[in-house]
Amino acid sequence: MKLYDYILSGNCYKIRLFLSFLDINYETVPVDYYPGREHRFPDFLEINPLGQLPVLVDDEVKLRDAQAILIYLASKYDTSGRWYPRNPEAMGKIAMWLSFAGTEIMNSSNARLHDMLAYDLDADKARANAHAAFRILDDHLVEVGFAGQEWIAGTQPSIADVACFPYVALSRDGGIEHDDYPAIQSWLTRIQSLPRFIDMPGIHFMK
Amino acid sequence: MSKIVDPFTLNQWYAVRTENKNGPDRTHRTRLLGVDIICQDDENGQVSIRRLDRTESQDSELPSRKRYGLVWTSLGMPESGIFEMPETEEEGRRHFVWDAVTVKTSGLRAIENFLDLAHFPYVHSGILGEEPLTEVTDYQVERINNEIWVKDCSFHQPKAAAIAEEGIHVNYIYRVPHPFVSILYKTCPLFPEKFDVIALMVLPREEDVCDIYTTASLFDNVNTDVEILHFQQKIFLQDRLILENQVPKLLPLGGRSEVSVRADAASIAYRRWLLDNGLSYGACTG
Ligand SMILES: N[C@@H](CCC(=O)N[C@@H](CS)C(=O)NCC(=O)O)C(=O)O
Ligand SMILES: [Fe+2]
Repeated sequence: MKLYDYILSGNCYKIRLFLSFLDINYETVPVDYYPGREHRFPDFLEINPLGQLPVLVDDEVKLRDAQAILIYLASKYDTSGRWYPRNPEAMGKIAMWLSFAGTEIMNSSNARLHDMLAYDLDADKARANAHAAFRILDDHLVEVGFAGQEWIAGTQPSIADVACFPYVALSRDGGIEHDDYPAIQSWLTRIQSLPRFIDMPGIHFMK
Repeated sequence: MSKIVDPFTLNQWYAVRTENKNGPDRTHRTRLLGVDIICQDDENGQVSIRRLDRTESQDSELPSRKRYGLVWTSLGMPESGIFEMPETEEEGRRHFVWDAVTVKTSGLRAIENFLDLAHFPYVHSGILGEEPLTEVTDYQVERINNEIWVKDCSFHQPKAAAIAEEGIHVNYIYRVPHPFVSILYKTCPLFPEKFDVIALMVLPREEDVCDIYTTASLFDNVNTDVEILHFQQKIFLQDRLILENQVPKLLPLGGRSEVSVRADAASIAYRRWLLDNGLSYGACTG
């Protein structure tokens, strides 16, 4: 199995983290995302015409989009079945939060790209949108917490937690603090305490 | 300019762009010591640099030099050329220039952190250090030609460079030739009698925001450029998180700061040297 990877990408880290949770060996192909913009050059566009990381290649299967890759990996390799339970309610809820991770939470990524790598983006707008998304996630965690549920989409950690984790945890790189989100803070700590958790730069120090 | 810039800071050369980076219309805008500047390439790759806070064309023109894969300028009158790094010319080295990463802190804080071995086991655990091997043995600090040299440092590192396959004992030499530049020489895992050279070239955009360029001249016959880039960026971004969490953002100089500093001779020497040279930009009174 081969992961086209960039060390500072939260989307790539979703996959590295999940492969570590599943204890699966894989190979990485490091891509020069910054400063080289290798993902926008023809060789890489042949691998993913969207010019985005990550991309996973597993035998004949080639997938882009972190959330899609998480579904694939859980469906194929998670023998416990807990990361992506096959029941309609769980699947629906997980899909909902995977989508949230790929859209709303990505505002945090934009703020980070602006603040860290000088991307020409509206960082204030990205920060405001990220705060709105974090508010929704924090409220959700509080609400399910009343019923004793500690994870985003059920009583067990799922790929929804894996998908939401990186850009929430990395948000301070883009000037988005966690002070107003106590439920998020405890959820981040729970994820970091899972067996075989691995970090990436920007995250390790929270432990 | 937001604050009067002291002459020591003002009269230095600063890296403001990588040689090969360019925006639309072959221009690149950035900020140096609170002043907006623009670099413009002509067809022959000559770079002219202007400051945008002055209207008269002769007043806005800034000097432009190319060195170490970077474009350099100054808002003042540098007394000498850009500092030399003769070691980088040695045969067999691979040269890298990595484009800037922005860090919301004083550039002086970045240099001080670079000089500090004690943070390795905590911040770069498993790479540049590992608990419980946290002891920093005594080292020498000297001033030579108004530069700081830190010598005879040594440290155990699990993965000293991308090419390192096992933990080794690494010798370190640091050199500070410029308030916003630090060069480090560390044992090369491939040829233990040689040193790899890594330098931080800091562009202070404001007192409390900087862009950090990194260059390296390494011996490595195994890793691809991208693998080395990833190794470097991983370490650097671990530092960024620490740097952005330091309070205050400006580096405390003088006053009580000297005693409150971690017992770290290199950092004390750096701060004294800055004070002795009259530096105040990016610093606060301790
Ligand atoms: N929906 C994709 C988005 C991936 C994405 O935005 N990746 C970033 C790196 S973290 C990227 O490659 N961006 C390049 C670009 O959009 O120019 C996913 O979740 O994997
Ligand atoms: Fe560091």
